[in-house]
Amino acid sequence: MKTINEMKLSFISKSANESFARSAVAAFLLPLDPTVAEIADVKTAVSEAVTNAVVHAYPDTFGTVTIEAKLTDKGHAVIKIRDRGVGIPDIKQAMEPLYTTSTDERAGLGFAVMQSFMDNVKVRSTVGKGTTVTLEKNFIRAAYGQK
Amino acid sequence: MVNITYKNGVVTASLYGEIDHHIAPQIRGDIDAQCERSRPSRLVLDFGKVGFMDSSGIGLVMGRYRMISLLGGKLEVVNVPPNLQKIFVLSGLENLGVMK
Ligand SMILES: Nc1ncnc2c1ncn2[C@@H]1O[C@H](COP(=O)(O)OP(=O)(O)OP(=O)(O)O)[C@@H](O)[C@H]1O
Ligand SMILES: [Mg+2]
Repeated sequence: MKTINEMKLSFISKSANESFARSAVAAFLLPLDPTVAEIADVKTAVSEAVTNAVVHAYPDTFGTVTIEAKLTDKGHAVIKIRDRGVGIPDIKQAMEPLYTTSTDERAGLGFAVMQSFMDNVKVRSTVGKGTTVTLEKNFIRAAYGQK
Repeated sequence: MVNITYKNGVVTASLYGEIDHHIAPQIRGDIDAQCERSRPSRLVLDFGKVGFMDSSGIGLVMGRYRMISLLGGKLEVVNVPPNLQKIFVLSGLENLGVMK
């Protein structure tokens, strides 16, 4: 597998950047000739991870959110969303559907959505240091088409 | 965002565009203000013109379910477009009996 393109994007953890981030990643993926459904899946998963950084990683302040993405010649995308925020004490518990530490109207479904909309989800986190969520997806047409 | 109408005891909130964490509080505020004024027997959330939604939208629906139940009314979710079926199924909202 050869990497055909890479990008890195950093922005402040303001909620207005949630739509910017998911749209930017969607635009970056266009060379993989994604289907409408594949683009919707990625946008939703990226929105979940970025929103978590905005809401949970930097609860009372603003910090930096960084997205790094890579595309391969076999139609595979790897998208990393990183924050330097509070971190997650128990990742297994955090990823359970309906688990939330929020007192607003949060469903506790962000990780469940990422897992069901992407082919692979990895979470690394250190309390006090931050969290990196890695999302991976294979794009059908780029993998089997003439690209 | 949202257009809200009130007629014959029913508040209808027609949502449009993208629903995420940035925009959800405004939608919630508008719907709740109308419901507190009108005390409807039914709140209808129409998703027909929503192009994107993440789990913040699910939180919005669950919160409106609680709000309208406290006011003694019923919630209905209508016109969920095909591109949002997946997240609605995953949310388990069907089990609340609100999906029409
Ligand atoms: N980047 C992060 N930094 C710190 N804590 C996090 C981060 N991402 C997730 N968490 C923790 O994991 C929990 C579960 O996250 P998840 O996205 O599944 O649900 P939620 O954000 O609480 O609700 P929803 O995503 O449905 O709005 C969060 O409540 C929070 O405690
Ligand atoms: Mg979340």
